[in-house]
Amino acid sequence: MNLILIAVIVLGAIGLVSALVLFLASHKFAVHEDPRIAQVAEVLPQANCGGCGFPGCSGFAAACVKAADAGSLEGKSCPVGGQPVMEQVAGILGMAAASSAPKVAVVRCNGTCENRPRLVSFDGAQSCRVQNMTGMGETGCAYGCLGCGDCVKACQFDAIHMNPETGLPEVDEDKCTACGACSKACPRGIIEIRLKGPKGRRVVVLCNNKDKGAVANKVCKASCIGCAKCVKTCEKFEAITLVNNLAYIDAEKCKMCRKCEEACPKHAIHGFNFPPKKVVSDAPAKPVAEKPAAEAPVKNEAGPKAADAPVQESPVINNVTQ
Amino acid sequence: MKTFRIGGVHPAENKLSAASPIRKAQLPKQAVFSMFQHIGAPAKPVVKKGDEVKVGTLLAEAGGFVSAPVYSSVSGKVSKVDVALDASGTRRPAIYVDVEGDEWEDSIDRSETLVRLSDRPDLDAKTIVEKIKNAGIVGLGGATFPCHVKLTPPPGCKAECVIINAVECEPYLTADHRLMLEHADEILVGVELIMKAVDVKRGYIGIENNKPDAIRLMTEKAAGHEGIEVVPLKVKYPQGGEKQLIDAVIGRQVPAPPAIPINVGAVVQNVGTAFAIYEAVMKNKPLIDRIITVTGKSVKQPSNLLARLGTPFQQLIDECGGLPEDTGKIIGGGPMMGKALISLEVPMTKGSSGLLLMTEEEARRTAPQPCIRCAKCVSACPMGLEPYLLSKVSEKQMWDKAEAEDITSCIECGSCQFTCPSNRPLLDMIRVGKSTVMGIIKSRAAK
Amino acid sequence: MSKLTISLSPHVHGGDSVQKNMYGVCLALMPALIVSLCFFGLGAAIVTAASVISCIFFEWAITKFILKRDELTITDGSAILTGLLLAFNVPSNLPIWIIVIGALFAIGVGKMTYGGLGQNPFNPALLGRVFLLISFPVQMTTWPVSGQLGSYVDVQTAATPLSIMQNAISTGDASLLNELPDSFHMLIGQTGGSMGEASAICLLLGCLYMLYKKIITWHIPVSIILTVFVFAGVLHLTNPVYANPVQVILSGGLMLGACFMATDYVTSPMSHKGQLIYGVSIGLLTVIIRNWGAYPEGMSFAILIMNVFTPLINTYCKPKRFGEVKK
Repeated sequence: MNLILIAVIVLGAIGLVSALVLFLASHKFAVHEDPRIAQVAEVLPQANCGGCGFPGCSGFAAACVKAADAGSLEGKSCPVGGQPVMEQVAGILGMAAASSAPKVAVVRCNGTCENRPRLVSFDGAQSCRVQNMTGMGETGCAYGCLGCGDCVKACQFDAIHMNPETGLPEVDEDKCTACGACSKACPRGIIEIRLKGPKGRRVVVLCNNKDKGAVANKVCKASCIGCAKCVKTCEKFEAITLVNNLAYIDAEKCKMCRKCEEACPKHAIHGFNFPPKKVVSDAPAKPVAEKPAAEAPVKNEAGPKAADAPVQESPVINNVTQ
Repeated sequence: MKTFRIGGVHPAENKLSAASPIRKAQLPKQAVFSMFQHIGAPAKPVVKKGDEVKVGTLLAEAGGFVSAPVYSSVSGKVSKVDVALDASGTRRPAIYVDVEGDEWEDSIDRSETLVRLSDRPDLDAKTIVEKIKNAGIVGLGGATFPCHVKLTPPPGCKAECVIINAVECEPYLTADHRLMLEHADEILVGVELIMKAVDVKRGYIGIENNKPDAIRLMTEKAAGHEGIEVVPLKVKYPQGGEKQLIDAVIGRQVPAPPAIPINVGAVVQNVGTAFAIYEAVMKNKPLIDRIITVTGKSVKQPSNLLARLGTPFQQLIDECGGLPEDTGKIIGGGPMMGKALISLEVPMTKGSSGLLLMTEEEARRTAPQPCIRCAKCVSACPMGLEPYLLSKVSEKQMWDKAEAEDITSCIECGSCQFTCPSNRPLLDMIRVGKSTVMGIIKSRAAK
Repeated sequence: MSKLTISLSPHVHGGDSVQKNMYGVCLALMPALIVSLCFFGLGAAIVTAASVISCIFFEWAITKFILKRDELTITDGSAILTGLLLAFNVPSNLPIWIIVIGALFAIGVGKMTYGGLGQNPFNPALLGRVFLLISFPVQMTTWPVSGQLGSYVDVQTAATPLSIMQNAISTGDASLLNELPDSFHMLIGQTGGSMGEASAICLLLGCLYMLYKKIITWHIPVSIILTVFVFAGVLHLTNPVYANPVQVILSGGLMLGACFMATDYVTSPMSHKGQLIYGVSIGLLTVIIRNWGAYPEGMSFAILIMNVFTPLINTYCKPKRFGEVKK
């Protein structure tokens, strides 16, 4: 009897003390988490696929809350749940849903090995950022693709690959989630996250060269020389602007008439995913049996901001030999 | 023998042109003047197409306090104001002048007579600095930091001594060495001018002891100048680094940035700068030419040329026996810190201390192997950093960690990569990290 | 003229390479190897050859068939070095099959599982040795008497100086120490023990060569030897059952460990300050394990224990930054 009593008391006491310790610890070491993170995580698919670029759904939820506090859900998207889920998330966070129009990464350089001959060869760490510090890199173009594949390394979705023939990266549009990692990785800001366009159709200036026409013309066969012919063809829609000797097509205003494409003397403007035309164009046009491009309805609410000019690395300060 | 205390390496010296006297290079047919010949704001062109210029005519004025004007080194006609490929590897604004004859501005004293400081009692510190500023003089060792900025100490700082950098620790280069042998008197007057400009009584000239003839001559001549002392230094790279030189000569270490040499009381100027200061102050000659070493194992006649700024490198090589067939790399500057050029059309600038040709075999880097953590880079780093770690965190884009490990203290001397047995591109990656971290710090400061 | 090359500075390289360092260490081990061959004869030759060949083989096989890498890493000399060091750490009468198992463990588990050269947290050769010591304690602790040149596994064995020392401590009988060979013989190496334990003077010679060639710096070997000397000296003065410090530093694998094992690039700290901490700790641990531990030799355990602390030391022991002001 006594034995049983002692056992009960001892065990009970241990239990009580442990409970007390646990209680105190849970208060003392409680991690305060924004309750919205849990709410957001609830509406997410909980597939933990990492497709959004964050470690699992809770990581994405935390990122969404942080982004909402910063003012915008731009760039946050759940590839599994898609737009409906993102609208729910936006609702919880009291934000307007981010643009519904799907976007895709576009490499704005067509300086293939053929168009833009390599003048010198680069030797060193295989990184675009390193090569960019040598000045212009292997070609005479200070704005074009460096070809070391920093964007490929940055992509978590296996959606961008170097084409060994052209020496340029190519985006796999089905896999691209427009997360923007490649765009950030590119030291020359060549990759733009751009509206995918209706049926994936879009017209893009595939050049980033801001040099004056004569110089740009010399270094690359497919460069924009700032001749403004495209701007004139588009006077009606005012979709094309010319800044710093470089034409830029506003995806929101573009009516996909593709007149600029024909007008460009250097074939720097390309249409993507249009059905084949009789007019010869360099665009990798996929045969799609659909209505003519010009009639395709365009209803996009938000367009991309004009791509920021790439920040040139300042020359390395040589502060040893004085 | 004095030297700096932390790290350092000793690359093969290869001073091929040490015995070749300075010779005047021919005038170019066209001279190209970059607006970015110095650190700081670019110069602003004041001439336009078609303008007639003489040697010494102002082409562009300083674009700010940390900036320097650019003068024409040739006479002729401005053919265009455009962009030009320069040693940085990019195209930047430049002025092109088609050369006709060789007419000099009348204000320049072209005589060879030595003007001593005692001959010009009218000069005070302010006038000297003003003249230096107007002559467009920058640090001629390669850093091209506008000279007058260093001679204008920030409030609260007082210089205690002037240190003249005659170390020339870069392999191959001999321009400063030859300058000392041939213009010792002028240099010493230049040093006196610098001392007067910052109002100090002590001047040290640091020379590495692989130039015994220069040490001997300078010591001899310095005896006639009060307060100037020649300090022989043990040969060790990167002794020509400003911070390393101060440590070697007066045994003080400049703390991490934002501290600058003046915080430990030192003003450091290159020996070539001292000569240019002499010419600017005593002869009214703006910075229009400099001595450049054209060298390389395959070069027929490794030489030291006195060449006008704006001369294309192609011409300098032609004067030294032409471009060898097997050239694999062309370097503007020395092999440790110079920049590889993509073309020979690049014009000479104020910072061009050397032009080094490497054969294809020399130019090739060996394929990197895994880091074996031998710690040789840590031993070699003159700043007491851990290059293996900085390189790794840069590769992994861990910018916070890179900043915490003082990546911004790196002087990019290349000792780590030079010594790495695994041939790892340590400095390549550290540069990426350093520039990114600097950007982060700047944007943080802007907030 | 072909295309010019561009790259960032520096454009020259000192010419040092992994191979030079690895083969340099191998070369530094040669005097000791030759002396071992003279003392232990055939057995030493067989053990060394088996160890080196199997280390190279395992590295090649693992690289090719398991990791499926194209580049050949066996020529960099690190596998040869591991093989040599492993052979130096075992008795010369060890059967070949045990050596092969040791090599497999050293290369397979100690090195390649972590990703190969430069990635391993432990010294592979020591890991192999300790694995063998625990798995085959009898074979690993019977030491042949030197001078039996023609024989291999059938040699006479005897107690080593280390076991005599430990025996003296455990029984508390200082007179047992009289059985120790004199210091001169220990210096030359005519004592029983594993191959690398034999000749302290040859190992020192190798160490001097490495210092001269700047393969290693003095910090680790000097700090280990000095610590052991001082610590053992203090013990000897307080109680004569502890052997005199000269004999302590000349016996066992101390020289080999201090000069060749602890200085292993990959597993030792990066900064000089860290290396000194590492060396002193190894010295202290060695004396503690030797005198009061279960095994007569503590060097390998001490080094492996400190290998674990190397990343921690690297994190907290930074080299002195230029211009750093003491806080």
